[in-house]
Amino acid sequence: MQPKTLFDKIWDAHVVKQVEGGPNVVYIDRHFIHEVTSPVAFTGIENRGLKVARPAQTTATPDHNVPTIEQDKPIKDEESRFQVETLEKNCSNHGIQYYGLGSQNHGIVHVVGPEMGYTQPGMTIVCGDSHTSTHGAFGSIAFGIGTSEVEMVFTSQCIMQPKPKTMLIKVDGELSDGVTAKDIALYAIAKLTTSGGTGYFIEYAGSAVENLSMEGRMTLCNMSIECGARGGMIAPDQTTFDYVEGRPFAPKGEAWDKALAEWKELKTDSGAVYDAEFHYNAADITPMITYGTNPGMGVSVQGNIPSGADLEGTDRISFEKSLEYMGLSAGQQMLGHPIDYVFVGSCTNGRIEDLRAFAAFVDGKKKADRVTAWIVPGSKVVEKQAQEEGLVEVLERAGFKMREPGCSACLAMNDDKIPAGKYSVSTSNRNFEGRQGPGARTLLASPLVAAAAAITGVITDPREL
Amino acid sequence: MPIDKFETLQSTAIPLPIENVDTDQIIPARFLKATERKGFGDNLFRDWRYKKDGSQNGDFVLNDDRYNGSILVAGKNFGSGSSREHAAWAIYDHGFKVVVSSFFADIFKGNALNNGLLPVVVSESFLEKTFDAIEKDATTKLTVNLEAQTITNQALGLSESFEINPYKKECLLKGYDDIDYLIHMKSDIESFEKK
Repeated sequence: MQPKTLFDKIWDAHVVKQVEGGPNVVYIDRHFIHEVTSPVAFTGIENRGLKVARPAQTTATPDHNVPTIEQDKPIKDEESRFQVETLEKNCSNHGIQYYGLGSQNHGIVHVVGPEMGYTQPGMTIVCGDSHTSTHGAFGSIAFGIGTSEVEMVFTSQCIMQPKPKTMLIKVDGELSDGVTAKDIALYAIAKLTTSGGTGYFIEYAGSAVENLSMEGRMTLCNMSIECGARGGMIAPDQTTFDYVEGRPFAPKGEAWDKALAEWKELKTDSGAVYDAEFHYNAADITPMITYGTNPGMGVSVQGNIPSGADLEGTDRISFEKSLEYMGLSAGQQMLGHPIDYVFVGSCTNGRIEDLRAFAAFVDGKKKADRVTAWIVPGSKVVEKQAQEEGLVEVLERAGFKMREPGCSACLAMNDDKIPAGKYSVSTSNRNFEGRQGPGARTLLASPLVAAAAAITGVITDPREL
Repeated sequence: MPIDKFETLQSTAIPLPIENVDTDQIIPARFLKATERKGFGDNLFRDWRYKKDGSQNGDFVLNDDRYNGSILVAGKNFGSGSSREHAAWAIYDHGFKVVVSSFFADIFKGNALNNGLLPVVVSESFLEKTFDAIEKDATTKLTVNLEAQTITNQALGLSESFEINPYKKECLLKGYDDIDYLIHMKSDIESFEKK
């Protein structure tokens, strides 16, 4: 038999039909929905007189729009409240499991799915959200879809997709102290550019990837979309199995043994060929930070913004427009630049390991007066764990207050907006113009770089504090 | 929802020579709170089109009276970022039927096709020449012929063929959507589930 990549194995096992001259009809094992990209899809199937075909395979949680304070009170913003209520009503009408505000399992959809054990190796997983790539950390094929495709899953539990090409990103060696999964992601995206992965599905491998925790692997896979790739995945191993075992929706007993035996086979065959390969050395990766308005515009925190001297035409226009928006100059050094806000959270870095890293760094130090910090756990489970582990006290002693779960300032759909012109060191995934609020200037980084900036009030290398 | 049929289109075009236009620029997240698919065109390119005080930004191309038409011509890697289909809805709702670029982000491209908005991929050189031509003469017309898979700028005598998945082409020509197709696959899907 022809050796196959992990991606090909899972994809091929889920193709219901290859449409002649067209896409594949791909079966979807697990579907996650949230309040923003689902209502039009519900209306669509209802207009056809249909019900959701496989409600047990869809799970819902409102995250994009929810406030991150006073979640026990009704949502003040009328449109947000209506959108969240619409999700709840739709789930109730169609028999879909809903984890709403007030539920002990509420949170960001990409944090809730894995921690509830819905996310498992070998699955196909979709959600109307581009960061669905997060779930690839478990050795599943997970990717974001549009609302028309959400409607397709509701109707048929399938979507129609052309098969992507495969890309291997192999990172070997040991990460230095202070370098995290987020830095691997920002490093790779800076190399590949914001569009270099378009048309591909990534498999991450190599010793530096294998040594990451599940949280780190989720951070890395989460950012796959930021180089244009539809998703990223990591072959499941003992780290994966240990994480999944015992979670509420993980297989139990004999079903677990059977699943485990199958999951252990989920790896790329030796000799399998990828359409593209990139090899990086972990030792070359340093704490990273972005300076521009797409996630590919990143440099080492110790580095300078490129001069842009070699750029021409629309490349130059775009580079200059980006720096003008950011209020930064070509060639400028990143270290020491004053910042105003720090945001820790999101489906990228809102997990317990991220809060632990941030708290351990700020323990015994004091937040800089000039900095406003929003620490937002990814879910109620993470929030509870942070309380039980004493992280909340550590944070409070250092001048930080933890909020309640949600997408928050990652996309600023709720009230958590960074004011125009202010600099925000953010552990989220996108630094697009206006992403964190109209005029906001986002500098993407790891929780450690965010912690160092929160303490000093300027861009700082966490290894030097 | 069945999509509008697309056969050929001849139109002037609106140039947006910026790269990596992400879906947060096409429609910012704070305008995604609607539960119905209508009116998104009003907020298309909201933060480029309007100033902070809500007045029009005269420098932005959509507010420039010289330019109009139902073809948007944009720099490479158009539609990156968020999967929000609202981006395709907003562009279509504003009156565009075609977006021309040298490169599209995956999810945006799929969303566009699912809504009858045709993404036309052209070469870098065709794109540059088209930007130049429109800048010199805003009445420059482009013709897009889906059946023949060609995009033509008559004035320059410039024509290119573009690629489109044959199934998607058929959908656009006939106004079919994928959901119709999947509904007819019910028994195949059920047998797949039993395997």
